[in-house]
Amino acid sequence: MSENGTESHRFGSLVLVPKATERSSVKDFKSDQEVRWCPGCGDYAILAAFQAFLPELEVPRENVVVVSGIGCSSRLPYYVDTYGMHSIHGRAPAIATGLASSRPDLSVWVITGDGDALSIGGNHLIHSLRRNVNIKILLFNNRIYGLTKGQYSPTSEQGKVTKSTPFGSLDHPFNPASLALGADATFVARTIDSDRKHLTSVLRAAADHQGAAFIEIYQNCPIFNDDAFAPLKDATAGDRLIRLEHGQPVRSGATGLKFGSHGQLEPTDNPDEAILHDAHRADPSYAFALSRLDAADFRHTPVGVFRQVEQPSYDRLMAEQIATARAKSGPGELAALLAGADTWEVG
Amino acid sequence: MTKQVQKLDHVIIRFAGDSGDGMQLAGDRFTQETAIFGNDLSTLPNFPAEIRAPAGTLPGVSSFQLHFADHDILTPGDDPDVLIAMNPAALKANIRDLPRGGDLIVNTDEFTKRNLTKVGYETNPLDSGELDQYHVYAMPITSMTVKALEEFDITRKDAERAKNMFALGMLSWLYDRPADSTLSFLKSKFAKNPEIMAANVAAFQAGWNFGETTEAFSVRYEVKPAKLKPGTYRNISGNTALAYGLVAASQLAKLPLFLGSYPITPASDILHELAKHKRFGVRTFQAEDEIAAVGAALGAAFGGSLAVTTTSGPGMALKAETVGLGVSVELPLIVCDIQRAGPSTGMPTKTEQADLLQVMFGRNGESPVPVVAAGSPADCFNTAIEAARIAVKYRTPVILLSDGYLANGSEPWRIPDVSSLPDISVPFATADDEAPEDKEAGEFQPFRRDPLTLARPWAIPGTKGLEHRIGGIEKADVAGTISYDPDNHDRMVRLRQAKIDGIATDIPPLKVDDPDEDARVLVLGWGSTFGSIGAAARLVRNGGQRVATAHLRHLNPFPSNLGEVLRSYDKVLLPEINLGQLALLLRGKYLVDVISYNRVRGLPFRAAELADVIKDVIKSV
Repeated sequence: MSENGTESHRFGSLVLVPKATERSSVKDFKSDQEVRWCPGCGDYAILAAFQAFLPELEVPRENVVVVSGIGCSSRLPYYVDTYGMHSIHGRAPAIATGLASSRPDLSVWVITGDGDALSIGGNHLIHSLRRNVNIKILLFNNRIYGLTKGQYSPTSEQGKVTKSTPFGSLDHPFNPASLALGADATFVARTIDSDRKHLTSVLRAAADHQGAAFIEIYQNCPIFNDDAFAPLKDATAGDRLIRLEHGQPVRSGATGLKFGSHGQLEPTDNPDEAILHDAHRADPSYAFALSRLDAADFRHTPVGVFRQVEQPSYDRLMAEQIATARAKSGPGELAALLAGADTWEVG
Repeated sequence: MTKQVQKLDHVIIRFAGDSGDGMQLAGDRFTQETAIFGNDLSTLPNFPAEIRAPAGTLPGVSSFQLHFADHDILTPGDDPDVLIAMNPAALKANIRDLPRGGDLIVNTDEFTKRNLTKVGYETNPLDSGELDQYHVYAMPITSMTVKALEEFDITRKDAERAKNMFALGMLSWLYDRPADSTLSFLKSKFAKNPEIMAANVAAFQAGWNFGETTEAFSVRYEVKPAKLKPGTYRNISGNTALAYGLVAASQLAKLPLFLGSYPITPASDILHELAKHKRFGVRTFQAEDEIAAVGAALGAAFGGSLAVTTTSGPGMALKAETVGLGVSVELPLIVCDIQRAGPSTGMPTKTEQADLLQVMFGRNGESPVPVVAAGSPADCFNTAIEAARIAVKYRTPVILLSDGYLANGSEPWRIPDVSSLPDISVPFATADDEAPEDKEAGEFQPFRRDPLTLARPWAIPGTKGLEHRIGGIEKADVAGTISYDPDNHDRMVRLRQAKIDGIATDIPPLKVDDPDEDARVLVLGWGSTFGSIGAAARLVRNGGQRVATAHLRHLNPFPSNLGEVLRSYDKVLLPEINLGQLALLLRGKYLVDVISYNRVRGLPFRAAELADVIKDVIKSV
């Protein structure tokens, strides 16, 4: 905070990141590389929203790092004029974990897709979430493999007919929000590529979270899975979307939601029974119940922040252990370490 | 009773028992006492992968061999002079290694009918006469221990468990070892359980007193301290030396150390050791898998840490793709492969040198990486510093090869003067270093190479003006942006290779040990065969024959004089604990018809065995 106390709010994930001395604009975050996604790809909208949001962080451009895996979405770092690494398939959360836990002065963003994060990289995703590493994970979910030209993905609906499944896919899909909540993620949200305002608000909430933030972004692939999320984008979408806002009633259209007898959420017409959204509940069961409202026909689809709870982040705990050890016995002395306890002299 | 003292110049002693008998601990303590006494020494722990194989069975036998001497020695010795067998299984598994006339100390309490049957003895070998060719000391070690601990308020089981300390006490007396370090070790190990501590101390002392008073031992042995190079010494295992080497490298490079690791035998002890040293700013990250371990390390390298991952062969296979990414993005990364017997799970606790070709070529595309190998447990320290030096200077992954034998074996180490260690620090790139034309262009050129080393700038996040993107996709030379241009790819493939090849000018030439300077046969080695080859050459030279030896630390690139050295001998013998992996490389590169000698038994070579092979080659010249 500045001396006069009028400084704007500092995002929670940036406590240890230096503050920018000069203002930046969206232009500063655009690299000179030509963007090469297919015309009409939802990735364009997400990139634009992300670039436009970054100046809000008010951190120097050089302290922002974007790490990605492999897939269409993972090309994003090339287009953002910060530090970036386009790594290998599925491994971005692991690489970002090493970077974020050794460099708490950086704002680290992971860009991934449904195949990258949930199939080949599923293990790294869940472990980075449970560790609560201070990274922000943006999962572009288009429910298809785009870069390899149209195979079904771990979020494709069962029975999906693709090149690799001409008779329909047999796999039951993941629900990414449920998976993240099952891993005890401290921040879980969902948004849609086409709703710039909502997308930006979710990015803002994620940036304000100290620890791992998981954002699922419904993203349209016009080539291999066009209109996968169309019911959430047409004129009737308002009746389907449950816009989660902390402290506000959880409502699908005009219908409120209440807890059923088995802890599941179900519709209620009685306004007194309708629950208010509490993103800060320590127990993830409620947020999990919200995530289970999803249905194949999108009849009630929650978007917004499912869960946001405060827990010490991994990088801070790691730094604290080092600080504690040094406070207790001083910095390490190499000669003493090498000698150890039992030495002898040869004359 | 005053006993006669017999002077010996060296002793090889093997402790063998069930894996629950505490033989590794007894061996470790005897080693420590021996080190403090000032003998030169070398050890070979040999244990099953199972934590507790069924008690009393052959697969459950664990042993620890120690060779100590009044002169410098190179190996843990071939055959033991003394075998301590704590049960019939240990006897059966080890007796064939004991030469005729050797000393055999047996714990008779365990020679019950049931235990004998378990390992296929139809009659008790202690009674059958089959051990007549040895000096047998049959002693009821378990019951003597239990009796000595009668007054302690501990369970019978706990009392029995102290039998390794009784045996240790007895042997410590027999070889006149200083007991202080073991007593203080026991005091700290059992600090939280004073009764167990007192019992173990009492068992040790009871064993010592028994040795002194029993008529079974008519002599006490004396092995004088070795005349080693003056200095301060300690005993050290390969994994500890490697961990210390990494901490030292971090200080010498002026970079914080980051270790990403996943537990795997026989590499885990490096993780354990480094996890203790938070005071040095060491960050240890136990990852969810081998891939995350190396991934996190690469992420930390991008951020400017001295980044390391440690593993063994199976983990190396999993890390291959990320090491390839490291080659492509050209970041420093130290990858330690503590080799074990393969393929697949193989024999996790047994040693082998069969990952050489995996680390050289086990990645997609043209993916050259420097490879260095440690030659002895203490040498793991220097090798770690050398790996770090190459990694940070050339911005490349470097593979460090050790193995199960070096990892767990130990030897005296002359502790280096910290001020004598090399400065291996390199500066990070800053906007000020940019070439004028690049500055003008307005974009940082992350693949503008140093003309001498061909290393690209190490520009870490947080550095103003050097924002850039790197990745596994082929990059345009200099600019580092995505490029699918055919000629650019050809150039980048060659540049990456040339950078690694160029390291040959930055490493010492291969030194040949040829005391008579007219040997016609050269024995070349790499890695942990250093000791066996050296000891074998001594045997050959002591027999009046001439042989030269040379040992490779750098396996990629090779020292620049290697071809010349190979061609200057009539015959080159190359013993490897694999089926001829280095031989394949040498034949391919130098067209020299090296003679391979290969055994893959999960154990180091025996010196006498190698000496015979060398003599055969000399004969053929």
